Amino acid sequence: MKGIVIPKKSHEESTHILYDVVDRIPFIDFLGVKFDLFEDKLTARLPFKPELIGNGFIKALHGGAIGSFLETVAIVELAHYLNMSKKIPQKMGKIKLPKTIDFTIDYMYPGLDQDSFALAKVNRAGKRYASVSVKAWQENKEKPFAQAIGHFLVPKIDLKSWENETR
Amino acid sequence: MKLDESDLAEQVIDFFNKLPFNKFMGISLIRIGKGSAEMMVDYNNNLIGDSESKVIHGGVVTTLLDAACGAAVMSAGMPKVPTATIDLRIDYMRSAKPGKMILAKANCFRITSSVAFVKADATDGVDEVPVASASGAFTSPI
Repeated sequence: MKGIVIPKKSHEESTHILYDVVDRIPFIDFLGVKFDLFEDKLTARLPFKPELIGNGFIKALHGGAIGSFLETVAIVELAHYLNMSKKIPQKMGKIKLPKTIDFTIDYMYPGLDQDSFALAKVNRAGKRYASVSVKAWQENKEKPFAQAIGHFLVPKIDLKSWENETR
Repeated sequence: MKLDESDLAEQVIDFFNKLPFNKFMGISLIRIGKGSAEMMVDYNNNLIGDSESKVIHGGVVTTLLDAACGAAVMSAGMPKVPTATIDLRIDYMRSAKPGKMILAKANCFRITSSVAFVKADATDGVDEVPVASASGAFTSPI
């Protein structure tokens, strides 16, 4: 947005946290999901590849590929959000990942043989639980082809051991 | 009811095992009956969701359960008529043990002319408590 200057340090830190989180999840690379930080807003992209096809007749993406994409984006968004919040020390060496409690996927249209995009939103993150929703679209952001809502266990932050490690 | 030996079951098994995403993930259909299906995925380093714990990613379990549910629905309807997921809910009861294969058993317990309802459990053979369970609605293949 015009006129709003994000302090460079904050963006760098945000990027650093994103790298740390993504690095922790080998499956992201296997699936081929790419993440971008734009003005500290996280968007994800799943470039199309033939391996993602689950229905040979209409060349549609596999329901599992769509579900995996949505769940991955929800976890990364939440982990990034938790680590960006002020309660958690920045640049923690070891980021703990949230654990999925449940995940409900709403398949609205077939995913076509083209790139997909996704955006997740942390609805609420308490000390123990978090609710995250996520939607995926292809050509038109206003017309998502799948969306999901998930609940996650928020990892306990062991501040004492972190302080000891960094001393 | 086991249909493992029949030609139809073999055709359906072959169909699912050749789907690109199932092959990519290492998921295979091992048994199909009328309205039921079993699928498994081998442990593989590519599928890890947390490099510290080495636990398989939730998305892999979701894919396995979705695929098993889809196969169960297909076998409950007309042969070879495709189905699509309308909604799928996964509950993750515990982490799967690293290194272990995961087996999903799906059962289509109700099919109408428009909707098929299905439930599935995923186990890693380590504990009786399933790793995850799924409940979904699919388009009817009738």
